[in-house]
Amino acid sequence: MQTNFSPEQLADPHVAESEKILRKCVHCGFCTATCPTYVVLGDELDSPRGRIYLIKDMLENGRAADAETVAHIDRCLSCLSCMTTCPSGVDYMHLVDHARVHIEKTYKRPFKDRLARAVIAATLPYPSRFRLALRAADVARPFADLLKRIPFLKTFGVMLDLAPRALPTASGAAKPAVYAAKGGVPRGRVALLTGCAQPVLKPEINEATIRLLTGQGIEVVVSAGEGCCGALVHHMGREEEALKAARRNVDVWLKVAEEDGLDAIVITASGCGTTIKDYGHMLRLDPAYAEKAAKVSVLAKDITEYLAELGLPEQRARGMTVAYHSACSMQHGQKITNIPKQLLKRAGFTVRDPAEGHLCCGSAGTYNILQPEISAKLKARKVKNIEATKPNVIATGNIGCITQIASGTTIPILHTVELLDWAYGGPRPTAL
Amino acid sequence: MPETIGFLKPRQAVLDRRREIIADLADLLPEGCLISEERGLKPFETDAFLAYRRMPLAVALPETTEQVAAVLKYCSRYGVPVVPRGAGTSLSGGAIPQEDAVVIGLSKMSRILDIDLFNRTATVQAGVTNLNISEAVGADGFFYAPDPSSQLACTIGGNIGMNSGGAHCLKYGVTTNNLLGVRMVLFDGTVIELGGKALDAPGYDLLGLVCGSEGQLGIVTEATVRLIAKPEGARPVLFGFASSEAAGSCVADIIGSGIIPVAIEFMDKPAIEICEAFAHAGYPLDVEALLIVEVEGSEPEMDAMLEGIIEIARRHGVATIKESQSALEAALIWKGRKSAFGATGRVADYICMDGTVPLSQLSHVLRRTGEIVAGYGLRVANVFHAGDGNMHPLILYNINDSEDAARAEAAGNDILKLCVDAGGCLTGEHGVGIEKRDLMLHQYSRADLDQQMAARAAFDPDWIMNPSKVFPLEGRPAA
Repeated sequence: MQTNFSPEQLADPHVAESEKILRKCVHCGFCTATCPTYVVLGDELDSPRGRIYLIKDMLENGRAADAETVAHIDRCLSCLSCMTTCPSGVDYMHLVDHARVHIEKTYKRPFKDRLARAVIAATLPYPSRFRLALRAADVARPFADLLKRIPFLKTFGVMLDLAPRALPTASGAAKPAVYAAKGGVPRGRVALLTGCAQPVLKPEINEATIRLLTGQGIEVVVSAGEGCCGALVHHMGREEEALKAARRNVDVWLKVAEEDGLDAIVITASGCGTTIKDYGHMLRLDPAYAEKAAKVSVLAKDITEYLAELGLPEQRARGMTVAYHSACSMQHGQKITNIPKQLLKRAGFTVRDPAEGHLCCGSAGTYNILQPEISAKLKARKVKNIEATKPNVIATGNIGCITQIASGTTIPILHTVELLDWAYGGPRPTAL
Repeated sequence: MPETIGFLKPRQAVLDRRREIIADLADLLPEGCLISEERGLKPFETDAFLAYRRMPLAVALPETTEQVAAVLKYCSRYGVPVVPRGAGTSLSGGAIPQEDAVVIGLSKMSRILDIDLFNRTATVQAGVTNLNISEAVGADGFFYAPDPSSQLACTIGGNIGMNSGGAHCLKYGVTTNNLLGVRMVLFDGTVIELGGKALDAPGYDLLGLVCGSEGQLGIVTEATVRLIAKPEGARPVLFGFASSEAAGSCVADIIGSGIIPVAIEFMDKPAIEICEAFAHAGYPLDVEALLIVEVEGSEPEMDAMLEGIIEIARRHGVATIKESQSALEAALIWKGRKSAFGATGRVADYICMDGTVPLSQLSHVLRRTGEIVAGYGLRVANVFHAGDGNMHPLILYNINDSEDAARAEAAGNDILKLCVDAGGCLTGEHGVGIEKRDLMLHQYSRADLDQQMAARAAFDPDWIMNPSKVFPLEGRPAA
């Protein structure tokens, strides 16, 4: 695509990168077809090609973001389905990242939006605050409908709806420790990202991961000082906060690596995985961190990627049908498509692929809080496609999808690793 | 780039009434179905022929035929030009608007209305994508045959506008051969039905006239298409050759011998490299030209047909033959081919030609194409539907370099003239749009064109429908 930037504009490395991305786009329109918001809304402005054009126009003119452009960028789920589809290799992810930072810097959102975003950014990434907020939500729940009727407080009503009704107690698995490998000399040593929202909502996931890995002879380190990967604020354009989170985690993991070596940083939420694998890019302009961050990105592995390397033994058939829902961050962000299904099949499960598997379930980080209408449409569509496969259980690799889909169906939904842990000697997941 | 293709001068009376027109349209459409602010209009200024751009006056995204009719009725009453748009994937600029035009986008009309497997028809809204139809009936063993490479995204409405083709049209025909009926809105808002579920309808074949009329005779809002039963099996086979000429004459001999495979696709070396890098389909990288020949039917049928094809290919010195061994491999082979244009974007900007030539001329035109493009100091990648002689040279250039762009356009014109002079035509499936408009007099006599324009004027006497397209701006009847 033709671009029109001045040499002065291109002196900014962020603009220079976006220009390079834009030059690859040939405006063929393939991306529109697999974009969830275009499929639901039928407006090119809510498609990747439309957004690319809006971003191009905004950046070329060096213009502050305006309400119209912001509305359409905000509706982007960052599911990256467009990147799987794009034959030209347009790096939409980093283009929209840049646009979000530009919006955050140049656009003043209405007060209610700023408040909602500030509350999200100050709560979700911090497990103790998040747990406290969820307890408070339990008390406030009767007021959810009332809040949703007040435009100013609607987002908070939506948050109350999304808050789980029964909160698990804090798990020991989130505590920093070294979990020893079973059976003598360890085959490997990994760091486990405990994450932020996941251990509060579903501590079983990391518990299962530690049990499965140590059972396979892997030493698992939960490192002191690690925290949220930064994805949440990153997708809100709050770049400094995101980079701060990234630098902290880089420091923590490299320290672990220096102490006793590290084969991988294992991640059980694919949304986080996509971001940590991008640390090298996010910190590329920081001379003190560029190299270190790149190292961490190379070490980062989704739990299923790491398990596939271990080569788990084949188990006998269990007569249980699993609908595998591939999180967008898994299939589009990290391009991990077959590995989780192969692991499940090997572990004895019958695996089904729901139709329209490339479409987002509408969770998308904070999307279900900030864009509840579109999110609800996508959820209904996703649940319908999943239920059509008549599964006993749904498996996926991302906590956001688990929460979202669980709120729309009575079929139990588990993290892939919970089913694998069960198949390889762990306890039967309570949801079953 | 200095533009060599002109647009009609915007109607001043329309521009002067801009605000009023937008306010009136807003009354005719539901909320969220009208775009009128400059920021939002910008992404609609072009389609996949992106060297040319014009801002529209407004974009209407109606949800029903009645809303399309209301907008058209209004526009014809006030002489406001209208440009229909499906998914905006046109390679000839068919959906590029102009300053005084209202774009009517059909993207919100994307429902499948009826699937009648007994009669083998599907009735869909115009904004349904080509691939959606095949997906909707795939589990029942059917498909919709015309398969433009953009079938993932392009709409059936756009396919009808351009009489689109595709790789598998060699056997099954193009859109017009698979279209049974349409519901369409005329320029003044009148809604008519043409054809139906039967293969032919009494009276004039207006459906044949409408298919390929590039949005100038009306806006199709619903279409009834033929469904075809899937073959028992299908097998794409890769044939690598040491020269493009050898591959080209092999194609001519296959068709000349009376064998009609379901598809014969051609790629030259640059195209093979581009597509392989994207799809990892296993295309041979050590050959100068590649044919993808797909046969279908029962196993013995496929074997028998392949035997004949292989024998001909051997006579032309085929270097490698590779049959796809699985459904996954076959899918990758087609994914690479169908993504060829977009994947070219990884290497350079391009304009894509669409000339069609008699097969006997294929090798000659291929060689001359290479010479012409080289003469302009540019590169070319060839990837096209060889079985029906529908060539797609992709002229690679740098769109940010205005001289380069002018050279690419000039090379394109020379190639299209070459196709016509070789006994072929300007466009096999992409439509005339604005891209080939000024070459129409190279293809047709004045009298030929006058008759087409007279037919057009019978549908749209004021020339408000997609007015800058198809016919050269000079020599038009006074509206």
